This record gives sequence, structure tokens and C-alpha cells, in this order.
Amino acid sequence: MSNKVIYAIYNDDDTLMDAVKKTRAAHHHIEEVYTPFPVHGLDKAMGLAPTRIAICAFIYGLVGLSFGTFLMNYVMILDWPQDIGGKPSFSYIQNMPAFVPVMFEETVFFAAHLMVITFYLRSKLWPFKKAENPDVRTTDDHFLMEVAIHDNENELVSFFQGTGAVEVKVIEKHD
Amino acid sequence: MYTFSSKLKTFSFILMVVGVLGIGYGFLNAPKTTEDVEKILAAEEHHGGGHHVAPAQANHAVPAHEAKAAAEAPAVAHDTSVVAQAESVHDTVASVDTTKVAEVVAHEAPKKEKVVTEAEEHAAHQAHLEHVLHQLQNKPWSAVYVSCIFFLLLTMGTLAFYAIQQVAQAGWSPVLFRVMQGITSYLPVGSVLLLVFLIAGGLHMHHLFPWLGEGVTDPKSPNYDEIIAGKSGYLNFPFWIIRAIVFLLGWNLYRHFSRKNCLAQDEANDNSFYKKNFNISAMFLVFFIVSESIMSWDWIMSLDPHWFSTLFGWYVFASFFVSGITTICMITLYLKGQGYLEHVNTSHIHDLAKFMFGISVFWTYLWFSQFLLIWYANIPEEVTYFVTRIEHYNLPFFGAVAMNFVFPILILINTDFKRITWVLVMAGTVILLGHYVDFFNMIMPATVGDQWFIGAPELGALMFFLGLFIFVVFTTLTKAPLLPKRNPYIEESKHFHY
Repeated sequence: MSNKVIYAIYNDDDTLMDAVKKTRAAHHHIEEVYTPFPVHGLDKAMGLAPTRIAICAFIYGLVGLSFGTFLMNYVMILDWPQDIGGKPSFSYIQNMPAFVPVMFEETVFFAAHLMVITFYLRSKLWPFKKAENPDVRTTDDHFLMEVAIHDNENELVSFFQGTGAVEVKVIEKHD
Repeated sequence: MYTFSSKLKTFSFILMVVGVLGIGYGFLNAPKTTEDVEKILAAEEHHGGGHHVAPAQANHAVPAHEAKAAAEAPAVAHDTSVVAQAESVHDTVASVDTTKVAEVVAHEAPKKEKVVTEAEEHAAHQAHLEHVLHQLQNKPWSAVYVSCIFFLLLTMGTLAFYAIQQVAQAGWSPVLFRVMQGITSYLPVGSVLLLVFLIAGGLHMHHLFPWLGEGVTDPKSPNYDEIIAGKSGYLNFPFWIIRAIVFLLGWNLYRHFSRKNCLAQDEANDNSFYKKNFNISAMFLVFFIVSESIMSWDWIMSLDPHWFSTLFGWYVFASFFVSGITTICMITLYLKGQGYLEHVNTSHIHDLAKFMFGISVFWTYLWFSQFLLIWYANIPEEVTYFVTRIEHYNLPFFGAVAMNFVFPILILINTDFKRITWVLVMAGTVILLGHYVDFFNMIMPATVGDQWFIGAPELGALMFFLGLFIFVVFTTLTKAPLLPKRNPYIEESKHFHY
């Protein structure tokens, strides 16, 4: 089955934003947009769902806080409650101020690192990943919108030519 | 232009009147003599529950015990706990244990009777009554002082925020400048009230500042205090009151000229007034950070003249800075709700909420840093500050952390919540009350000790100053348009979007 897509290429982020809005208004499904830098408001224009990574980070932070608390409680209170310089090790709460720096750092450590790893997993990024770049210029100064074709090639090409694209290409995808 | 709603005006008058009644009640109810104190303590003994009964018995049922307790403060805690333990054991555990503990108590009592003679006993009892009398007499004064300084510093927090916005050339906040100026209009009023209060201390009308007491620096006096005498080069009334006048004058001058320039900028043809404001704001911030630090030593730390802490100035600053920002947010929300702030959108509110959140955490950081360092090193000279607070102010002391840290961090961490009016009003109310409690914790333990209570004088003072604050602030808001006209950043601010 042929899997044709249109690559509409723009050289200005304002034109791109207009084109995205027009494409959405015309009910063409945007597969992907490639830009050399973050375009403010692009996700809203495309109608992408907001990210939930902050919620993940909050939960990871709670995990880190629990881990820090467990660690200090087990090591300092349960396993070997020594008298170190007169600090009360009878219960966790009695010596808690001394553990707060550890609890805080564990919270931040877990929240930050697990959030970054989550980001890599969800974005499918890793060191030897093959770059998915449809056109090398999109990392420099061009913007590219990819739209799938469903037996309406001519209509779509003329539509994108009308949106200020500097180049409109029809590509057969093999994957 | 804003018109002061008659309902709010009436509300502020009611607050002031009820507040004055509460304050007056506090002063009328303060004991005059040690006989009154004896009656109050006796009444407390009658009404007290199980918690109060134990210490009361330790103090009164066994006279020898009591004398010793008054003479040596640490002994009080110890002896009391023995008796309390004996009682609780009696309630729960088998009678064998009870007799053992009772024996211990019985053993201790005769030992002390040998040491303490009748006369000494009486003197110590009188000294104890004298001590409680001073605490109870301080109570209404302290109640007024806490609210007075809280509202004054709250306006200073707003003023500092305003000056920072000017100097940072913030693009989002100019639409809020008139609101901030409205809040800081309380500054002259609050300054006068505070100055009167401080001078009253110098005239010995109240005894909140122990180093102002008579004879503390005189080696021949029974009140002689070597530590305070050693600090008298700094802690003496003339120098202290001159510092207060200089600081209040400096702050008021900045507030006056900044407002004047801002209004003049509306009618100007160039940006010269804006530039003037930029310059005086930068100068004010330098003056402010120095004066604020010294102010915190003078007006709050000197209530405990034997104690010192280096980050205290920052800690006090964080407390009133976040209160100031919260007040800006609350008043903005109120005015917006009444339809007066056309160009303020949820993004402005969101930014204020982020500041509330961030500075709340900053306050906690300083609160904890101060606590941790002193708790960890546990040097007796410094640690008494927290010992008295944890022993006698347990709920307010840790409650302040819950209100100023745990609550805001859980509520305001959510981006969507930072735009919802009722969430912000709720969070703001908790933060403001929390910082009132924070000031309560800083001031009360030094002046009334374990005789504290949040009753008529405290609530009365809070209501009076709140009423006065509302009246002054909203009166000023009617005096000028709520939108600055020719501020170079006003267009950006109107279209601010986050």
C-alpha cells in the first residue's frame, strides 16, 4: 500500500503558525511538524495534549522523599541507633532535623533524574538512535509540516502552496 | 477610578471598633498586683484539666517543691514530669509501680525541705508571682505590638517588591503598580503607630524590651544584667529610637517620592520621572536591605537581648516579603472581582501566585536553617530560644511551618490552581495567618512566656489593625487611576501573557 505524505516547507515561524491553523481549520491531519527551535504556541495551534511530565516529577519526588526517610530511619534509628555526639536516636522524629538535608536532596535527585529518564523514554531518545530527520534544513533555518495523503494529492498540494510554503514535496514513505 | 464601596468601609470601621474593644478589654483585664496573679493562678488550677493539674500540684501542694522550682528553672520541668509521670502511671499501670514512683517523690521532697528555709520559700514564691505578673501585664501590649509590626512590615514587603519590580524593569507588573502603591499607603500610618509604641517603651509605659528596664546596666542595681550592660553601646534608648526614626523616615520618603513620580509620569511628555523612579528605587533597595536587617535586631531580636542569630534579618524579611506579595495578590483579586482592573489577566495572577509559592519556600528554608543550625550545635546560650518555643509554643511554632510551607507547597504547586481565584484566596488567607503566627512566635515567648493565649486582646489588635489597614489602603486606591498611563512598560504589561 502506498504511504504518501506531503512535506510543506516554510522559512518563517509566523508563516508556519498560520499554515498550521489553516490546515487544522481545513481538517487535514498533521502527522508531524519539524522546527529548528521551539516555536512558542505551536503545540496549542496543533492541538497537542498538554504534557504530564510535571505530574510524573511530583510523584518521583514523593518516591525520593520516602526513600530518604526510609534510608535514614533504617540506618540511623532501627539498625544501629548509636549515640553520635549526643544526638537523640530514640525515634525518627527526635533526630529529624539532621535528616532533612538528606530527605530534601533525595527528593530533588529522584524528581530530576527520573523525570529526565521519563522524558527520554517517552521521546524515544538514546545515544545510538538513528536520527529521524526528513530534511536536513529543518535543524538550521527551515520548518517542515508533514501531512498524510488519502487520494487527495492534487487538492493538498495546491492547498499547501496557498499557505506560503516555499516548497511542497510529495514523498513516498517506506516504513 | 476606584470608588470605596460603602460596605467595605463599614466593615473596616466595625473591625476597628471591635478591635479597640478587644484591646481595651485586654488592658482592663491585665492584673495590677501579685495578689491578682495569685487569684488567676488559683483559678487556673481549679479550671485546668489533667494537663494543668500536675504542674499546679508540683507548685502548690508541696511548698518546698515549689520554692525549689521557682529558684531553678530547669528543675521545674524535671520535678513536674516526675509528678506527672506518677499520676499517669497511677492511672494505667499496676499499683506496684505507683508506690515505687511515689517513693521517689517522697524521697525528694524531704531532701529539699532541708535545703530551703521558710523565708527563702516565701521570697521565691513572691519572685515567681512577680515574674508571672510582668508576663500578664505584657500580654495586651504584646498583642498590640505583634499586629502593629505585622501590618507595618507587610506594607514594607509590598514596598520592597514594588521597588524590585521597578529596578528589574519587569514587563508584567506595571498594571499592578497602583495596587502596590495603595497597599504601601499604610506605611506612614503604621510608622507613626510603631514609633509611638517604641517611645512608650522608652518611657517605661510597657516592659516588652528587657534592656530598656531600669537598672539593667547599673552594677549596683539588683536588676543589673552583665550581658545586657555589655551590649548597651548598641542597645540604648536614644540610639535605638534614632535608628528607628531614620529607617522609618527613609522608607516613607521613598514611598512618598516614588508615588509622586509615578503620578507625575502620567502627565509627562518624556520618561524623566520614570528614570527618577528607577534611580530612587535602586537606592532604596540598598538602604532597605541594610535598614531591614538592623530593624529586625532592634524591634524583634532585642526582645530576647541574651540571644542572637545572624540570619535573623533575612528570616524576618522572608516572612513579611511573602505576606506583602500575598496581600498584593488578594487585593488585586478583590479589585478584579469588583471589575476595576481591566488589564489584569490570569497570567498576572499566576505570576503573583508563583511568587507566593517561591517565597513561602524561601521562608521555610530560612526558618529551617536557623532552627537546624541552633538545634544541631545545641549551644546553651543560643538554644534556649527554641527550647522555650517548643516547650510552651509547640502548636504555634510547628503550626506556622504547616501553614507557611506544607499548605502552600501542596496547593500552589499546581499550575492550574495558580489561576483559580478561590484557591488563591484560601491559600493567601492561610499564608497571611501563618505569618501572623510567625510574628507571634517571634515576639510573644520573649514578652509573655508561657502565659500566652490567642484571646480577646490578640484578636482585637489583629482586627483593629486589619480594619485600619483596609480603610487606609482602599481610601488611597480611590485617589488615583488604577492604571498608570505613561509607564514605558505599560503596553507590554497590558498584554502580558504567560
